[in-house]
Amino acid sequence: MNYTFQFRDVFAASDLLLDGLLLTLELSIVTMMSGLIIGISGAAARVYGPGWLRRPVAVYVEAIRNTPLIVQLFLIFFGLPSAGIKFDAATAAMLALSINLGAYSIEIIRAGLEAIPRSQIEAGQSLGLSGPQIFRYVIIFPALKLMYPALASQFVLLMLATSVVSQISAQDLFHMASIIQSRTFRDFEVYILVAAAYLVLALVFRLLFAALYQLVFARPKSSR
Amino acid sequence: MIRDFTLNDVLYLVAAMRWTLALTAIAFIGGGIVGLSVALLRVSAMAPLRWIGTVYVHVVQGTPLLAWLFVFFFGLSIVGVEVSPWIAAAAAYSIYAGAFLGEIWRGCLQAIPKTQWEAGASLGLGIGAQLRCIIIPQAVRLGIPPTVGFLVQLIKNTSLAAVIGFVELTREGQLTTAVTFRPFTVYLTVAALYFALCFPLTQVSRRLERRLHVAR
Repeated sequence: MNYTFQFRDVFAASDLLLDGLLLTLELSIVTMMSGLIIGISGAAARVYGPGWLRRPVAVYVEAIRNTPLIVQLFLIFFGLPSAGIKFDAATAAMLALSINLGAYSIEIIRAGLEAIPRSQIEAGQSLGLSGPQIFRYVIIFPALKLMYPALASQFVLLMLATSVVSQISAQDLFHMASIIQSRTFRDFEVYILVAAAYLVLALVFRLLFAALYQLVFARPKSSR
Repeated sequence: MIRDFTLNDVLYLVAAMRWTLALTAIAFIGGGIVGLSVALLRVSAMAPLRWIGTVYVHVVQGTPLLAWLFVFFFGLSIVGVEVSPWIAAAAAYSIYAGAFLGEIWRGCLQAIPKTQWEAGASLGLGIGAQLRCIIIPQAVRLGIPPTVGFLVQLIKNTSLAAVIGFVELTREGQLTTAVTFRPFTVYLTVAALYFALCFPLTQVSRRLERRLHVAR
């Protein structure tokens, strides 16, 4: 193999890469927040909601979890405009990712909710806690604590999956890599660099999630 | 020329599913070999071997599958290897699936109590025989439900091979869209076909898992 790696041209386009990194971060963080909201409300509806609500939530979860993200993305970005609903690439990406992560979060949080023993809820009632108080302190807090590792790794996977939005030309990190590649023909260099960038991002997110756990869930018992 | 989206197109899409399945099979076999090695490295008694396994898993689970596909598709030509999308996809998916299957199977191996290994050793079995005759048969039972679950992930992720020009279900959908200009109908059909593949497997995985819990 007599190939000399040349990163110069790639580094020369570092402003493009930074722009892409910014959108990747933005997509990841917005999606994680909306995914968590969809996850909590959907899981609550699935477990404690009325019968007519449980079924549609279950259908949503199964439909999303059994089809590829890229097809969901194409359906929203290329398909919906023919029904008169149009988004720009970044919005379509955010929407598709949120819908996708929402379904996975519902499934994870639901498992957490179902692991809360009935007696615990009854204990809350007998202490005179109101419905919302019980949901907050007795149900959702322990459930999230229990499922935190699963949620965190799902969120990191989601961050990596945002690279797929480059296929609808949303200008994320991966898309910028393709642009640089077509300009400089430094295929190997650019993709290795970008892969390394994702690796660092994944590491940073894992560390942040670990810190968040310490902050939210691992406080000493006396202060709660 | 723009033509209508007809039953023929649906049949073409159904026919394209065989490449999705073929790619899944290759990825599963390649990933299975890599995964088994990773799992064994991760439970090895020698620390450096464990580190290799850990680093591998962290690197692969920390990078997008898309990046692996591109590195192999565009990158291998540098080394002088003629790369068809098949080879690039097979390599990328084996690496990707290997990390995830490796982690799943490591968990199964570690779930077997240490006393089982010791029992094997006290019967005079070597490490290899302990694994083969005592640990793996028990671990397989634990491993089947999550493995089937990962198979669903794998089927869905073969859709990414479309971006390097591998003609499977998603790529066929893109091609059909290009001539019929009916993206909504086409992609809905594609999604339905993936669902038809994945949903039964999801149900099987769930049922197996439930049975495992009852059995214990």
